Amino acid sequence: MLILGIESSCDETAAAIYDGARLLSNVVASQKDHIEFGGIVPELASRAHERVIWETVQQALDDAGADAGEIDAIAVTEGPGLMGSLLVGLCFAKGLSVQWNKPVIGVNHIDAHIYAAFIDAKPKLPAIALVVSGGHTQIFHVPSPLNHLLMGNTRDDAAGEAFDKIGKMIGLPYPAGPAIDQLATHGNPGFYDFPRAMMKKGLDFSFSGLKTSVLYFLEKMKPEEKERVLSDHMNDLCASISAAITDVLIYKLQRAIKQAGVKSVIIAGGVSANRMLRRKAAEMAEKQGVELHIPNPEYCTDNAAMIAVTGWFKAQQGLYDDERLKPYARHQWEKYQK
Amino acid sequence: MIADKKLISASSSETVDTGVAFGKLLKPGDVVCLYGNLGAGKTQFTKGIAQAMGINPEEVQSPTFAIIHEYASDVPLYHLDCYRLESAEEAMNIGIEEYLFGQGVCVIEWPEVIESLLPDHVRSVTIEHEEKEKRRITIHQKA
Repeated sequence: MLILGIESSCDETAAAIYDGARLLSNVVASQKDHIEFGGIVPELASRAHERVIWETVQQALDDAGADAGEIDAIAVTEGPGLMGSLLVGLCFAKGLSVQWNKPVIGVNHIDAHIYAAFIDAKPKLPAIALVVSGGHTQIFHVPSPLNHLLMGNTRDDAAGEAFDKIGKMIGLPYPAGPAIDQLATHGNPGFYDFPRAMMKKGLDFSFSGLKTSVLYFLEKMKPEEKERVLSDHMNDLCASISAAITDVLIYKLQRAIKQAGVKSVIIAGGVSANRMLRRKAAEMAEKQGVELHIPNPEYCTDNAAMIAVTGWFKAQQGLYDDERLKPYARHQWEKYQK
Repeated sequence: MIADKKLISASSSETVDTGVAFGKLLKPGDVVCLYGNLGAGKTQFTKGIAQAMGINPEEVQSPTFAIIHEYASDVPLYHLDCYRLESAEEAMNIGIEEYLFGQGVCVIEWPEVIESLLPDHVRSVTIEHEEKEKRRITIHQKA
Protein backbone atom coordinates (compact mmCIF):
# COMPACT_ATOMS: atom_id res chain seq x y z
CA MET A 1 0.00 0.00 0.00
CA LEU A 2 1.49 3.35 -1.08
CA ILE A 3 0.76 6.42 1.05
CA LEU A 4 1.59 9.97 -0.02
CA GLY A 5 2.17 12.25 2.98
CA ILE A 6 1.87 16.05 2.81
CA GLU A 7 2.99 18.45 5.56
CA SER A 8 2.47 22.24 5.61
CA SER A 9 1.63 23.08 9.23
CA CYS A 10 4.34 25.67 9.81
CA ASP A 11 7.58 26.66 8.04
CA GLU A 12 8.22 23.61 5.86
CA THR A 13 6.38 22.39 2.79
CA ALA A 14 7.06 18.65 2.56
CA ALA A 15 5.95 15.49 0.77
CA ALA A 16 6.95 11.83 1.18
CA ILE A 17 5.92 8.36 0.06
CA TYR A 18 5.82 5.28 2.33
CA ASP A 19 4.86 1.72 1.38
CA GLY A 20 4.29 0.17 4.81
CA ALA A 21 7.85 -1.13 5.11
CA ARG A 22 10.09 1.45 3.48
CA LEU A 23 10.22 5.17 2.94
CA LEU A 24 10.45 5.64 -0.84
CA SER A 25 10.97 9.42 -0.88
CA ASN A 26 11.15 12.36 1.49
CA VAL A 27 11.23 15.93 0.14
CA VAL A 28 11.35 19.08 2.29
CA ALA A 29 11.18 22.50 0.64
CA SER A 30 12.70 25.06 2.98
CA GLN A 31 15.36 27.74 2.97
CA LYS A 32 17.85 25.17 4.22
CA ASP A 33 17.43 22.72 1.33
CA HIS A 34 18.01 24.35 -2.00
CA ILE A 35 15.70 22.32 -4.14
CA GLU A 36 15.75 23.02 -7.85
CA PHE A 37 12.44 24.79 -8.20
CA GLY A 38 10.94 27.83 -6.58
CA GLY A 39 14.20 29.42 -5.47
CA ILE A 40 14.36 30.57 -1.88
CA VAL A 41 11.17 29.95 0.06
CA PRO A 42 10.38 32.84 2.41
CA GLU A 43 10.11 31.38 5.84
CA LEU A 44 6.66 31.14 7.43
CA ALA A 45 4.72 32.18 4.38
CA SER A 46 1.53 30.23 3.73
CA ARG A 47 1.62 31.84 0.33
CA ALA A 48 5.03 30.23 -0.10
CA HIS A 49 3.50 26.80 0.64
CA GLU A 50 1.10 27.48 -2.21
CA ARG A 51 3.94 28.25 -4.61
CA VAL A 52 5.98 25.11 -3.95
CA ILE A 53 3.49 22.43 -2.90
CA TRP A 54 2.84 21.04 -6.37
CA GLU A 55 6.55 20.78 -7.23
CA THR A 56 7.29 19.26 -3.81
CA VAL A 57 4.68 16.52 -4.30
CA GLN A 58 5.86 15.90 -7.87
CA GLN A 59 9.44 15.58 -6.61
CA ALA A 60 8.31 13.03 -3.98
CA LEU A 61 6.59 10.97 -6.73
CA ASP A 62 9.66 11.20 -9.00
CA ASP A 63 12.12 10.27 -6.23
CA ALA A 64 9.96 7.24 -5.35
CA GLY A 65 9.66 6.26 -8.99
CA ALA A 66 5.92 6.14 -8.38
CA ASP A 67 3.09 7.01 -10.69
CA ALA A 68 0.18 9.07 -9.36
CA GLY A 69 -2.11 6.13 -10.16
CA GLU A 70 -0.21 3.85 -7.75
CA ILE A 71 -0.88 6.01 -4.68
CA ASP A 72 -3.55 4.37 -2.48
CA ALA A 73 -4.26 7.25 -0.08
CA ILE A 74 -3.17 10.81 0.65
CA ALA A 75 -2.24 11.60 4.26
CA VAL A 76 -2.12 15.27 5.19
CA THR A 77 -1.45 17.30 8.34
CA GLU A 78 -4.79 18.56 9.66
CA GLY A 79 -3.37 20.36 12.73
CA PRO A 80 -2.24 21.76 15.04
CA GLY A 81 -0.55 24.64 13.25
CA LEU A 82 -1.11 27.90 11.44
CA MET A 83 -4.57 27.86 9.86
CA GLY A 84 -3.42 29.54 6.64
CA SER A 85 -0.54 27.09 6.19
CA LEU A 86 -2.62 24.03 7.10
CA LEU A 87 -5.32 25.02 4.62
CA VAL A 88 -2.84 25.00 1.73
CA GLY A 89 -1.84 21.37 2.36
CA LEU A 90 -5.36 20.26 3.15
CA CYS A 91 -6.95 21.83 0.06
CA PHE A 92 -4.18 20.46 -2.13
CA ALA A 93 -4.64 16.95 -0.67
CA LYS A 94 -8.41 17.12 -1.20
CA GLY A 95 -7.85 18.24 -4.78
CA LEU A 96 -5.61 15.23 -5.40
CA SER A 97 -8.15 12.99 -3.70
CA VAL A 98 -10.83 14.08 -6.19
CA GLN A 99 -8.51 13.95 -9.19
CA TRP A 100 -7.02 10.53 -8.34
CA ASN A 101 -10.20 9.16 -6.78
CA LYS A 102 -8.27 8.05 -3.67
CA PRO A 103 -9.15 8.68 -0.02
CA VAL A 104 -7.62 11.41 2.11
CA ILE A 105 -6.41 10.80 5.69
CA GLY A 106 -6.07 13.65 8.21
CA VAL A 107 -3.02 13.33 10.47
CA ASN A 108 -2.24 15.12 13.73
CA HIS A 109 1.21 16.70 13.46
CA ILE A 110 2.25 15.95 17.06
CA ASP A 111 1.08 12.33 16.90
CA ALA A 112 3.05 12.02 13.66
CA HIS A 113 6.30 12.98 15.42
CA ILE A 114 5.89 9.79 17.49
CA TYR A 115 5.52 7.61 14.35
CA ALA A 116 8.77 9.01 12.92
CA ALA A 117 10.32 6.42 15.24
CA PHE A 118 8.69 3.67 13.14
CA ILE A 119 10.44 4.65 9.89
CA ASP A 120 13.68 2.77 10.60
CA ALA A 121 12.68 0.66 13.62
CA LYS A 122 9.81 -1.22 15.21
CA PRO A 123 9.31 0.27 18.70
CA LYS A 124 7.25 -1.96 20.99
CA LEU A 125 3.95 -0.74 22.40
CA PRO A 126 2.84 0.21 25.00
CA ALA A 127 5.39 3.01 25.11
CA ILE A 128 5.98 6.42 26.60
CA ALA A 129 6.62 9.10 23.98
CA LEU A 130 8.26 12.47 24.64
CA VAL A 131 7.63 14.95 21.81
CA VAL A 132 10.03 17.83 22.31
CA SER A 133 10.56 20.64 19.79
CA GLY A 134 10.60 24.40 19.35
CA GLY A 135 6.83 24.48 19.73
CA HIS A 136 5.97 21.43 21.87
CA THR A 137 6.98 19.56 24.99
CA GLN A 138 4.58 16.73 25.72
CA ILE A 139 4.66 13.26 27.27
CA PHE A 140 2.20 10.66 25.98
CA HIS A 141 1.29 7.15 27.02
CA VAL A 142 0.84 5.13 23.82
CA PRO A 143 -0.87 1.83 24.76
CA SER A 144 -1.56 0.84 21.12
CA PRO A 145 -1.13 2.39 17.66
CA LEU A 146 -2.91 5.77 17.32
CA ASN A 147 -3.92 5.79 20.96
CA HIS A 148 -2.23 8.79 22.62
CA LEU A 149 -2.96 9.75 26.21
CA LEU A 150 -1.47 13.02 27.43
CA MET A 151 0.54 12.66 30.65
CA GLY A 152 2.48 15.94 30.73
CA ASN A 153 2.66 19.24 28.86
CA THR A 154 4.49 22.55 29.15
CA ARG A 155 2.79 25.31 31.10
CA ASP A 156 4.64 28.05 29.20
CA ASP A 157 7.64 27.66 26.87
CA ALA A 158 8.59 24.56 24.89
CA ALA A 159 12.04 23.12 25.66
CA GLY A 160 13.31 24.02 22.18
CA GLU A 161 12.11 27.58 22.64
CA ALA A 162 14.03 27.77 25.94
CA PHE A 163 17.23 26.69 24.14
CA ASP A 164 16.63 29.18 21.31
CA LYS A 165 15.80 32.20 23.48
CA ILE A 166 18.35 31.65 26.23
CA GLY A 167 20.99 31.21 23.53
CA LYS A 168 20.07 34.63 22.18
CA MET A 169 20.43 36.12 25.69
CA ILE A 170 24.03 34.89 25.88
CA GLY A 171 24.82 36.30 22.44
CA LEU A 172 24.18 33.41 20.06
CA PRO A 173 22.11 33.97 16.89
CA TYR A 174 18.44 32.91 17.08
CA PRO A 175 17.46 30.06 16.91
CA ALA A 176 20.36 29.02 19.12
CA GLY A 177 19.44 25.42 20.03
CA PRO A 178 21.91 23.65 17.72
CA ALA A 179 24.75 26.09 18.66
CA ILE A 180 24.18 25.53 22.41
CA ASP A 181 24.20 21.78 21.81
CA GLN A 182 27.53 22.04 19.96
CA LEU A 183 29.24 24.34 22.51
CA ALA A 184 27.90 22.32 25.45
CA THR A 185 29.85 19.24 24.32
CA HIS A 186 33.07 21.04 25.36
CA GLY A 187 31.72 22.57 28.56
CA ASN A 188 31.31 21.76 32.25
CA PRO A 189 27.61 21.32 33.13
CA GLY A 190 28.44 21.96 36.81
CA PHE A 191 29.75 25.49 36.05
CA TYR A 192 26.56 27.12 37.29
CA ASP A 193 23.57 25.47 38.93
CA PHE A 194 20.52 26.85 37.12
CA PRO A 195 17.15 25.84 38.61
CA ARG A 196 15.40 22.62 37.51
CA ALA A 197 11.81 23.82 37.32
CA MET A 198 8.79 21.90 38.64
CA MET A 199 10.85 18.84 39.51
CA LYS A 200 8.38 17.71 42.14
CA LYS A 201 5.04 18.63 40.59
CA GLY A 202 3.51 15.95 38.35
CA LEU A 203 4.61 15.53 34.75
CA ASP A 204 4.08 19.08 33.47
CA PHE A 205 7.00 21.29 32.45
CA SER A 206 7.84 24.97 32.90
CA PHE A 207 10.85 26.49 31.15
CA SER A 208 10.00 30.19 31.40
CA GLY A 209 11.64 30.66 34.81
CA LEU A 210 14.97 29.45 33.45
CA LYS A 211 15.05 32.43 31.06
CA THR A 212 14.68 34.77 34.04
CA SER A 213 17.38 33.01 36.06
CA VAL A 214 19.82 33.25 33.14
CA LEU A 215 18.92 36.95 32.77
CA TYR A 216 19.61 37.61 36.47
CA PHE A 217 22.80 35.53 36.32
CA LEU A 218 24.05 37.85 33.55
CA GLU A 219 22.78 41.07 35.12
CA LYS A 220 24.27 40.55 38.56
CA MET A 221 27.80 40.59 37.07
CA LYS A 222 29.83 43.74 36.44
CA PRO A 223 30.22 44.45 32.68
CA GLU A 224 33.87 43.34 32.56
CA GLU A 225 33.11 40.17 34.52
CA LYS A 226 30.18 39.39 32.22
CA GLU A 227 32.40 39.86 29.19
CA ARG A 228 34.99 37.51 30.70
CA VAL A 229 32.39 34.84 31.50
CA LEU A 230 30.86 35.06 28.01
CA SER A 231 34.27 34.77 26.34
CA ASP A 232 36.07 32.30 28.65
CA HIS A 233 33.14 30.20 29.84
CA MET A 234 30.73 30.10 26.89
CA ASN A 235 31.05 26.31 26.63
CA ASP A 236 30.49 25.90 30.39
CA LEU A 237 27.49 28.22 30.30
CA CYS A 238 25.95 26.29 27.38
CA ALA A 239 26.59 23.00 29.17
CA SER A 240 25.00 24.32 32.39
CA ILE A 241 21.91 25.57 30.52
CA SER A 242 21.61 22.29 28.59
CA ALA A 243 21.95 20.35 31.83
CA ALA A 244 19.11 22.32 33.44
CA ILE A 245 16.77 21.65 30.49
CA THR A 246 17.70 18.02 29.81
CA ASP A 247 17.67 17.03 33.51
CA VAL A 248 14.02 18.07 33.74
CA LEU A 249 13.09 16.29 30.49
CA ILE A 250 14.77 13.05 31.58
CA TYR A 251 13.45 13.23 35.14
CA LYS A 252 9.84 13.58 33.96
CA LEU A 253 10.30 10.95 31.26
CA GLN A 254 11.63 8.47 33.80
CA ARG A 255 8.74 9.27 36.09
CA ALA A 256 6.21 8.67 33.30
CA ILE A 257 7.86 5.33 32.44
CA LYS A 258 7.54 4.17 36.06
CA GLN A 259 4.00 5.48 36.42
CA ALA A 260 2.77 3.67 33.30
CA GLY A 261 5.02 0.63 33.80
CA VAL A 262 6.15 0.43 30.16
CA LYS A 263 9.31 -1.13 28.71
CA SER A 264 9.61 1.08 25.63
CA VAL A 265 10.28 4.80 25.19
CA ILE A 266 10.27 7.09 22.14
CA ILE A 267 11.79 10.58 22.00
CA ALA A 268 10.87 12.65 18.94
CA GLY A 269 10.68 16.24 17.68
CA GLY A 270 13.50 18.66 16.82
CA VAL A 271 15.09 18.73 20.29
CA SER A 272 15.60 14.94 20.21
CA ALA A 273 18.70 15.71 18.08
CA ASN A 274 20.29 17.33 21.17
CA ARG A 275 23.35 15.29 22.15
CA MET A 276 23.14 15.81 25.91
CA LEU A 277 19.50 14.72 25.84
CA ARG A 278 20.34 11.64 23.75
CA ARG A 279 23.20 10.66 26.08
CA LYS A 280 21.12 11.09 29.25
CA ALA A 281 18.18 9.27 27.67
CA ALA A 282 20.41 6.33 26.72
CA GLU A 283 21.83 6.16 30.28
CA MET A 284 18.37 6.37 31.80
CA ALA A 285 16.98 3.70 29.45
CA GLU A 286 19.80 1.32 30.30
CA LYS A 287 19.36 1.86 34.03
CA GLN A 288 15.59 1.38 33.82
CA GLY A 289 15.89 -1.58 31.46
CA VAL A 290 13.69 0.03 28.79
CA GLU A 291 14.12 0.08 25.03
CA LEU A 292 14.85 3.58 23.67
CA HIS A 293 13.93 4.76 20.16
CA ILE A 294 14.94 8.15 18.78
CA PRO A 295 14.25 8.72 15.06
CA ASN A 296 17.02 9.57 12.65
CA PRO A 297 17.60 13.40 12.96
CA GLU A 298 16.15 14.09 9.48
CA TYR A 299 12.80 12.68 10.71
CA CYS A 300 12.89 14.69 13.97
CA THR A 301 12.30 18.12 12.48
CA ASP A 302 9.09 18.83 10.56
CA ASN A 303 8.80 16.43 7.62
CA ALA A 304 6.23 14.54 5.57
CA ALA A 305 7.75 11.07 6.09
CA MET A 306 6.18 10.99 9.55
CA ILE A 307 2.84 12.09 8.06
CA ALA A 308 2.97 9.28 5.47
CA VAL A 309 3.85 6.65 8.11
CA THR A 310 1.08 7.82 10.47
CA GLY A 311 -1.30 7.81 7.48
CA TRP A 312 -0.29 4.20 6.82
CA PHE A 313 -1.13 3.26 10.45
CA LYS A 314 -4.51 4.98 10.11
CA ALA A 315 -5.20 3.19 6.80
CA GLN A 316 -4.54 -0.17 8.54
CA GLN A 317 -7.38 0.68 10.91
CA GLY A 318 -9.61 1.97 8.11
CA LEU A 319 -9.48 5.51 9.50
CA TYR A 320 -10.10 7.44 6.28
CA ASP A 321 -11.50 10.94 5.96
CA ASP A 322 -13.36 12.68 3.16
CA GLU A 323 -13.87 16.13 1.65
CA ARG A 324 -15.29 17.37 4.95
CA LEU A 325 -11.83 17.20 6.58
CA LYS A 326 -11.11 20.55 8.29
CA PRO A 327 -7.90 22.01 9.73
CA TYR A 328 -7.58 22.88 13.42
CA ALA A 329 -5.16 25.28 15.12
CA ARG A 330 -5.27 23.45 18.47
CA HIS A 331 -5.94 19.93 19.69
CA GLN A 332 -6.93 18.51 23.07
CA TRP A 333 -5.62 15.03 23.78
CA GLU A 334 -7.39 12.66 26.09
CA LYS A 335 -5.70 12.77 29.49
CA TYR A 336 -3.91 9.72 30.89
CA GLN A 337 -5.63 8.22 33.94
CA LYS A 338 -3.69 5.86 36.14
CA MET B 1 -4.25 62.60 28.07
CA ILE B 2 -4.77 60.35 31.10
CA ALA B 3 -1.69 59.14 32.97
CA ASP B 4 -0.41 55.61 32.46
CA LYS B 5 -1.36 53.15 35.17
CA LYS B 6 1.62 51.60 36.94
CA LEU B 7 1.33 48.48 39.08
CA ILE B 8 3.77 46.24 40.90
CA SER B 9 3.36 42.47 40.65
CA ALA B 10 5.13 40.47 43.35
CA SER B 11 4.93 37.11 41.57
CA SER B 12 3.96 35.39 38.33
CA SER B 13 0.57 34.53 39.85
CA GLU B 14 -0.02 38.24 40.58
CA THR B 15 0.87 38.95 36.94
CA VAL B 16 -1.85 36.45 35.94
CA ASP B 17 -4.31 38.24 38.29
CA THR B 18 -3.45 41.60 36.71
CA GLY B 19 -4.11 40.03 33.30
CA VAL B 20 -7.53 38.84 34.54
CA ALA B 21 -8.50 42.35 35.68
CA PHE B 22 -7.26 43.84 32.40
CA GLY B 23 -8.91 41.09 30.33
CA LYS B 24 -12.35 41.78 31.83
CA LEU B 25 -12.33 45.19 30.13
CA LEU B 26 -11.63 43.84 26.64
CA LYS B 27 -14.20 43.65 23.83
CA PRO B 28 -14.31 41.85 20.47
CA GLY B 29 -11.91 43.44 17.99
CA ASP B 30 -9.51 44.72 20.68
CA VAL B 31 -5.78 44.45 20.02
CA VAL B 32 -3.33 44.40 22.94
CA CYS B 33 0.44 44.80 22.53
CA LEU B 34 2.62 43.32 25.26
CA TYR B 35 6.11 44.77 25.62
CA GLY B 36 8.82 43.38 27.88
CA ASN B 37 12.07 41.45 28.01
CA LEU B 38 12.46 37.66 27.85
CA GLY B 39 10.96 36.12 30.97
CA ALA B 40 9.13 39.30 32.03
CA GLY B 41 5.77 37.52 32.16
CA LYS B 42 3.99 38.37 28.90
CA THR B 43 2.64 34.82 28.55
CA GLN B 44 1.58 34.88 32.25
CA PHE B 45 -0.33 38.13 31.65
CA THR B 46 -1.99 36.49 28.62
CA LYS B 47 -3.02 33.53 30.79
CA GLY B 48 -4.93 36.10 32.89
CA ILE B 49 -6.62 37.61 29.84
CA ALA B 50 -7.58 34.07 28.72
CA GLN B 51 -9.06 33.32 32.14
CA ALA B 52 -11.13 36.52 31.99
CA MET B 53 -12.45 35.37 28.59
CA GLY B 54 -13.52 31.95 29.91
CA ILE B 55 -10.52 30.00 28.57
CA ASN B 56 -8.57 27.60 30.78
CA PRO B 57 -5.31 29.50 31.51
CA GLU B 58 -3.39 26.22 31.78
CA GLU B 59 -3.83 25.76 28.03
CA VAL B 60 -2.06 29.01 27.24
CA GLN B 61 1.54 28.36 26.18
CA SER B 62 4.13 30.55 24.53
CA PRO B 63 3.24 31.02 20.83
CA THR B 64 6.80 31.88 19.74
CA PHE B 65 7.24 28.82 17.55
CA ALA B 66 3.77 28.68 16.04
CA ILE B 67 3.47 32.53 15.78
CA ILE B 68 -0.29 32.31 16.46
CA HIS B 69 -2.23 30.27 19.01
CA GLU B 70 -6.02 30.42 18.70
CA TYR B 71 -8.25 29.73 21.71
CA ALA B 72 -11.96 29.20 21.13
CA SER B 73 -14.48 30.90 23.44
CA ASP B 74 -17.55 33.12 23.02
CA VAL B 75 -15.05 35.69 21.82
CA PRO B 76 -11.97 33.93 20.39
CA LEU B 77 -8.53 34.80 21.73
CA TYR B 78 -5.67 35.10 19.26
CA HIS B 79 -2.31 34.96 21.03
CA LEU B 80 0.35 36.19 18.62
CA ASP B 81 4.12 36.34 18.96
CA CYS B 82 6.24 38.20 16.42
CA TYR B 83 9.59 37.23 18.01
CA ARG B 84 10.53 35.07 15.01
CA LEU B 85 9.28 37.49 12.37
CA GLU B 86 11.76 39.73 10.60
CA SER B 87 9.43 42.09 8.74
CA ALA B 88 5.85 43.31 8.45
CA GLU B 89 5.74 41.64 5.00
CA GLU B 90 6.40 38.26 6.61
CA ALA B 91 3.46 38.90 8.94
CA MET B 92 1.27 39.80 5.95
CA ASN B 93 2.24 36.53 4.28
CA ILE B 94 0.79 34.51 7.14
CA GLY B 95 -2.41 36.54 6.90
CA ILE B 96 -1.99 38.48 10.15
CA GLU B 97 -4.51 41.12 9.05
CA GLU B 98 -7.30 38.56 9.39
CA TYR B 99 -6.52 38.31 13.11
CA LEU B 100 -5.83 42.02 13.70
CA PHE B 101 -9.08 43.12 12.09
CA GLY B 102 -11.20 40.15 13.14
CA GLN B 103 -13.90 39.75 15.78
CA GLY B 104 -11.68 38.19 18.44
CA VAL B 105 -9.26 39.66 20.95
CA CYS B 106 -5.63 39.81 19.73
CA VAL B 107 -2.81 39.74 22.27
CA ILE B 108 0.57 40.33 20.64
CA GLU B 109 3.97 39.59 22.17
CA TRP B 110 7.05 41.24 20.55
CA PRO B 111 4.83 43.51 18.39
CA GLU B 112 7.66 45.92 17.37
CA VAL B 113 8.13 44.45 13.89
CA ILE B 114 4.43 44.76 12.95
CA GLU B 115 3.68 48.17 14.49
CA SER B 116 3.01 49.62 11.03
CA LEU B 117 0.14 47.13 10.54
CA LEU B 118 -1.65 47.73 13.84
CA PRO B 119 -5.05 49.43 14.06
CA ASP B 120 -5.33 52.83 15.80
CA HIS B 121 -7.26 51.46 18.77
CA VAL B 122 -4.40 49.22 19.96
CA ARG B 123 -3.80 49.01 23.75
CA SER B 124 -0.28 48.64 25.13
CA VAL B 125 1.07 47.02 28.28
CA THR B 126 4.73 46.96 29.33
CA ILE B 127 6.12 44.44 31.83
CA GLU B 128 9.57 45.06 33.29
CA HIS B 129 11.81 43.07 35.62
CA GLU B 130 12.26 44.79 38.99
CA GLU B 131 14.02 42.08 41.00
CA LYS B 132 13.64 38.30 41.33
CA GLU B 133 9.89 37.59 40.98
CA LYS B 134 8.89 41.28 41.16
CA ARG B 135 7.65 43.04 37.99
CA ARG B 136 6.50 46.56 37.12
CA ILE B 137 3.42 46.48 34.88
CA THR B 138 2.48 49.65 32.99
CA ILE B 139 -0.93 49.88 31.34
CA HIS B 140 -0.50 52.65 28.78
CA GLN B 141 -3.47 54.94 28.30
CA LYS B 142 -4.64 55.92 24.89
CA ALA B 143 -3.75 59.48 23.85
